Amino acid sequence: MLEINDLHVKLEEEDKAILKGLTLSVKAGTVHAIMGPNGSGKSTLAYVLSGRGGYQVTGGSAMLEGQELLDMEPEERAAAGLFLAFQYPVEIPGVGNMTFLRTAVNAQRKARGEEELSSGDFLKAVRAKARELKIDAEMLKRPVYVGFSGGEKKRNEILQMTMLEPRMCILDETDSGLDVDAMKLVSEGVNALRDAGRAFLVITHYQRLLDHIQPDVVHIMAEGRIIKSGGPDLALEVEQNGYADLLAEEGQKA
Amino acid sequence: MSGAPKPMTRAARRAARLDATAAHLSRLSVPQDSGWLGRARADALERLRTLGLPERRDEYWRFTDPSVLSAETAAPAEVFRITDEPVVFSDIDRLRIVFTDGEFDQQASDDLTAEGLEVTRLAEAAQADIHWAQDVYGKLEERGQQPVPRPLATLNSAMARDGVLIRATGKVARPVSLIYRRQKEAADMVLHHVIRVEPGAEMTLLENGPAAARYSIVTEACIGAGGMLHHVRTQGRDHARSGITHLFVRMDKAAGLKSFTLSANGRVLRNEAMIWLDGEGGSAHVAGAAMGDGDFHHDDTVFIDHAAPRCESRQVFKKVLRNGAVGVFQGKILVQRPAQLTDGYQISQSLLMDERSQFLAKPELEIYADDVKCSHGSTSGEIDADHLFYLRSRGVPEAEGKNLLVLAFLTEALEEIARDDLAEDVRSRLESWLGRHRH
Repeated sequence: MLEINDLHVKLEEEDKAILKGLTLSVKAGTVHAIMGPNGSGKSTLAYVLSGRGGYQVTGGSAMLEGQELLDMEPEERAAAGLFLAFQYPVEIPGVGNMTFLRTAVNAQRKARGEEELSSGDFLKAVRAKARELKIDAEMLKRPVYVGFSGGEKKRNEILQMTMLEPRMCILDETDSGLDVDAMKLVSEGVNALRDAGRAFLVITHYQRLLDHIQPDVVHIMAEGRIIKSGGPDLALEVEQNGYADLLAEEGQKA
Repeated sequence: MSGAPKPMTRAARRAARLDATAAHLSRLSVPQDSGWLGRARADALERLRTLGLPERRDEYWRFTDPSVLSAETAAPAEVFRITDEPVVFSDIDRLRIVFTDGEFDQQASDDLTAEGLEVTRLAEAAQADIHWAQDVYGKLEERGQQPVPRPLATLNSAMARDGVLIRATGKVARPVSLIYRRQKEAADMVLHHVIRVEPGAEMTLLENGPAAARYSIVTEACIGAGGMLHHVRTQGRDHARSGITHLFVRMDKAAGLKSFTLSANGRVLRNEAMIWLDGEGGSAHVAGAAMGDGDFHHDDTVFIDHAAPRCESRQVFKKVLRNGAVGVFQGKILVQRPAQLTDGYQISQSLLMDERSQFLAKPELEIYADDVKCSHGSTSGEIDADHLFYLRSRGVPEAEGKNLLVLAFLTEALEEIARDDLAEDVRSRLESWLGRHRH
C-alpha cells in the first residue's frame, strides 16, 4: 500500500534536516504504529506525506499503490486515497462543516471519475455515521471546528475519514487531548474501518491507544529514521522502560 | 522663466478652489424648477460656492482621486450587458422603479401605487407647492457638510434631474426596487432620492443595475420612531464605470437601519454613508462586500454620529482584492457626550489575493461619553495557508478551496443582510463572480 524508501526531508526555510533516510513499508490490511520521542520527526512524516508546504524533500520516495505521492498536489493525494487525521485540526470560521465535507466528498468522487452524491444521499450518510461516533447533528452545522472541544475535533476527523473512505489513513496523535471515553469512541470508529483493502499508520506517544487499536507492527522512530520495528510487544516495552535503552542501543550501532 | 512655483498660502488655495468651482458651475446647466425644489437647488449652489469642489490634496480624499467624479463631463464607457446569469433580485417580488440612463422610465416601471407607500417622481413632486420631501431634500445633505464637507453631494442636490420620493406609512413587506438601466455609452446619471419611514413603519429598498458611465446618487432618509429601513444594493459588474453615492440617514428613537452594498468591479467607486442616531435606542448597521480585480478602486467612507443614549451601530466592510485592485475604508464613530451606553462596532478587512493589490484604511473613534462600548479593527491579510492546506488535504482542489475561504471571509458582512432571500441572491452573485475570476 505505502512504500517509503530512504526519505530525506529538510525544512524549506532553514538548513535543518528532519527526516534522514526513513524507510517504511505498510501492506494493505495492516495497522502500523509509529512511536518515538518528541522531535523525532513523526508529525513531519505525516505532513510530508499529505503534501503540506514548508518542507523540502531532498531524497527518496513515497509511493502509494505504485503512485509517487511526492509529485502530487495535496488534493490529488487525497483523491488517490490518502487521509491524514490532524493532531491539531484548524478552526476555519465561515466555512460550514457540512458544506466543506460535501465539497470534499464530491471533489474526490469527481477526481476519481465517480458520480457526485446528491445532497439528500450525502445528508443521510453523514447523519448515520455521525450517530455512530456520537456526534451531535447540531455540531455539523457549525463552521469547521469553531467552538469544538478537543474530543469533538478528533471525532469529527474520524467522521471525515469515514465519509471519505480513504485507503491509507494516517492518524497523527489522534489520542492527544482525549479522555478515556472519547478515545474508545474514536478507536471504535477506526476499527470499524479496518479491512483488507485499507491500511493505517498510527502515530502516538502512548501505548494506551494501541490497546484499543491493535497494531500489527510497531516502529520506533528517532532522529528522523525508524530505528527499530517489532510486534505489539515493542510498544509495551517502551511504555515500561521509555526510549532511553532503545536510543542507547541505536547509538552503539552507529 | 524657470524655477519652482511659489507655495500658495491657505487663503490663496481656497480662493483658487472657489474660483475654479464658480467657473465649473457657470458651465453647467442647472435644472430649472419653481417652488421648493427650485429653492433647494439654489441653496445647494450657494453652499457649493462656499464649499468648493473637492481636490486630491484634501485629507478627506487622500486615498481616492475625486477628479473623475467631479469632472464636468463623464468619459464614455462601454455598455455592459449581463447575459450569463439572471439579473440580481429577478426572483424577488418587488415594486420596480426603472431609470434608464438616469431618467425615470414609466413604461418599464410598475404602477407606483402600493399599500403603505407613497411614491412620487422627483420631477413631479417639484410642482406640488407643499410636499413632505421639502423638509428633507438637500437638508440632510446640508447637515452632512459637518464635520467634513461633502461637496459632491451638494452638487447632486443642485443638479439631480430625477429621483424618487418614497414615504412608508405602514409595514411594507414587498421591497421597492430601484433599477438603473443603461443604454448610452456616455450616460452621466445624477439621481436624488428622498425617503421617509414614518414612526413604526418599515420598508425595504433595493438598488441595482449598471446605471451609467458615471453616476452620482444621493439618498436622504428619515426614519421615524420605531421605524425600520432595510437597504440592499449591488453595484457591478460593468468595469469601466465610475460613481459616487451618498446615503444620509437621520434616525429617531428606536429606529433601525440595515444597509448592505455589494460592489463587484468599477474603475472608481466611492460609497459614503452618514448616519445620525438622534433618538434613544436606535440601531444602525452599514455593511459592504467588495470584489475587485485589476484596475479597480473602491472606497467606503462611513460616518456614524451617536447623539443619543443607548444606540447601537455596526460597520462591517470586507474587500477581496486581486491583480492590483485598491480598496479604501474611512470609517468613523463619533460618540457625543449625551450618548451614554453606546455600543459601537467597526470592522474593515481586506483579503489580498496577491502582492500588487492594496488596502488603505483609516478607522477612527471619537468619544466624549464615558460609559460606552466601542471597538474597531482593521486588517489586511491573505488566504491562510493552514486553512487552505486543510481543505486540500481532504481533496478540495486549490481554486475551490480558495473560493470557500473567500466566501468565509465575507460571511460577517453578508450576515448584515436582513432577509434570507436577498442574502441568498447576493451570495449567488458572489459565487458566480468567484467562478469567473480565477487566481
